[in-house]
Amino acid sequence: MIEGLAALYILMLAGFVGYEVISRVPVILHTPLMSGSNFVHGIVVVGAMVALGQAETFGEQLIGFIAVVLGAGNAVGGYVVTERMLEMFKSSDKRKEKESSDKAKALKDAAKGGKA
Amino acid sequence: MSALIETSYFATAVLFILGLKRMSHPTTARSGVIWAGVGMALATLVTFLHPEIRGQYGLMLLAILIGGGVAWWSAKRVAMTDMPQMIAIYNGMGGGAAGGIAAVELMRVAGDPSLVESHGHLALWLGVLGALIGSVAFSGSVIAWAKLDGRMKKAVRFANQQQVTLAILAAAVLLGIWVALATPGAFVLFLFFLLALAFGVMVALPIGGADMPVVISLFNALTGLAVAMEGFVLDNAAMIIAGTVVGAAGSLLTVLMAKAMNRSLFNILFKQFGPASDETTEIEGSIKDVGTMDAAVQMAYADRVIIVPGYGLAVAQAQHKLWEMVELLQERGVEVSFAIHPVAGRMPGHMNVLLAEAGVPYDMIFDLEEINNDFETTDVALVIGANDVVNPVAKTDPDSPLYGMPVLNVDEARNVLVVKRGQGAGFSGVENHLFYRDNTRMVYGDGQKVVTDMIASIKTL
Repeated sequence: MIEGLAALYILMLAGFVGYEVISRVPVILHTPLMSGSNFVHGIVVVGAMVALGQAETFGEQLIGFIAVVLGAGNAVGGYVVTERMLEMFKSSDKRKEKESSDKAKALKDAAKGGKA
Repeated sequence: MSALIETSYFATAVLFILGLKRMSHPTTARSGVIWAGVGMALATLVTFLHPEIRGQYGLMLLAILIGGGVAWWSAKRVAMTDMPQMIAIYNGMGGGAAGGIAAVELMRVAGDPSLVESHGHLALWLGVLGALIGSVAFSGSVIAWAKLDGRMKKAVRFANQQQVTLAILAAAVLLGIWVALATPGAFVLFLFFLLALAFGVMVALPIGGADMPVVISLFNALTGLAVAMEGFVLDNAAMIIAGTVVGAAGSLLTVLMAKAMNRSLFNILFKQFGPASDETTEIEGSIKDVGTMDAAVQMAYADRVIIVPGYGLAVAQAQHKLWEMVELLQERGVEVSFAIHPVAGRMPGHMNVLLAEAGVPYDMIFDLEEINNDFETTDVALVIGANDVVNPVAKTDPDSPLYGMPVLNVDEARNVLVVKRGQGAGFSGVENHLFYRDNTRMVYGDGQKVVTDMIASIKTL
């Protein structure tokens, strides 16, 4: 499927992509991005599943099982922490919108309370 | 069936790259991680149909539920200040998984040498290299996690440490060559992995506090590479692409981080941070302190205030109170911005995450290069929980261990307020000359309490 030279091309191009993606990132996003790239290599879970699926002896199955546990932990944990961090980044406008909508909601609730 | 899987892996690779691209801008970042997440879910689902999988579907599902469940639970609970060690441990898991894949494949090859012919010799060598790198990333990350989580002494050093470390590496490499050439049985494989794991431990052991993030970033890049190599072994394009992208991105990030600390990667890994030079240069001036009330008044009547937060702010859990104070100042018409040093917090950008958690909008936060010329025209610079990153000796004293590190030009502001728990040097152990300047006033006390008092003072004005 992926023959020698073609694999090298993939390797080179993917390397450049990784370099380009990071090089223009503002410092404020370095931690989330490190976390995000940490999540992306969680794709290893796919390989661990294949390895477990091919395992025959007990020893192979045990190691394959552990590999899938670890890979799934990498993928899920990496996703959740990245998402939690990025969720918090908001600009001034967004905050004001949210605050004013909160205020409107509070007013509405107060009005409702008044009616009842 | 194979076409479906290949197409899905291709889509996953595209989603990963687009996702990372979107993650590189604050407004699109959140959607970026969701795109990447969709790719991950797709790849995992179609892998259940993979033609090379011959069974163990139940075990597979169970393993995903256990690993995913535990990680989900811990990731939802972790505090933002503890983020670096969580990233370290998830990264270690990825490295361990890559090592595990290599172990299974090498055991299969040992049992049936004819598999080498179908896989190809290149795949075998890459598999062994991936096993070495993945194992190092695994054990190293676990040590990094234990240290940052306070479960282990900060830096462990002993005599001839570097020689022992290099000897372990040499032995692991030699065994690896043996494994790749002769595909020996379980015992040699076991020794090989044991030595690789030991090398990872030895790399992480002597690294101290401030250097840890750089090493975590390095392990992150290594895990990416290990995943790419195991991708070659399994002929899996999604793993090759994702792993290489992370390997390249992680390496660049590591270098950027090391540069921000004015140290080379070699220095961090093999040389310990020099102790403060013995000769103490005569420091001009004296330390003067000021009460919170006066400090608050000074800020309330200023036109422009720049706040320089450091990790001490997060330790004191004062970031929410600080934002409350900033909002009060803004209501009074004071122009407030935040200046963040690249190594503030425990990782580059960690401080931004902590401020974002408190509700500070990201367009009020500026990098060192963006804001460093503004200090001259600033009335008050408020330093809270930061020390080494504002030490002017980094610019003036070639003998100082800090010399050459980019620092925030806080000393150029008309007035400098430093909130500090007590007297004493920063992480580096270097005396901070900023505290002795004529325009500097110290506000002693716990960060949270000081800011709370300042809020009360501003409200009475």
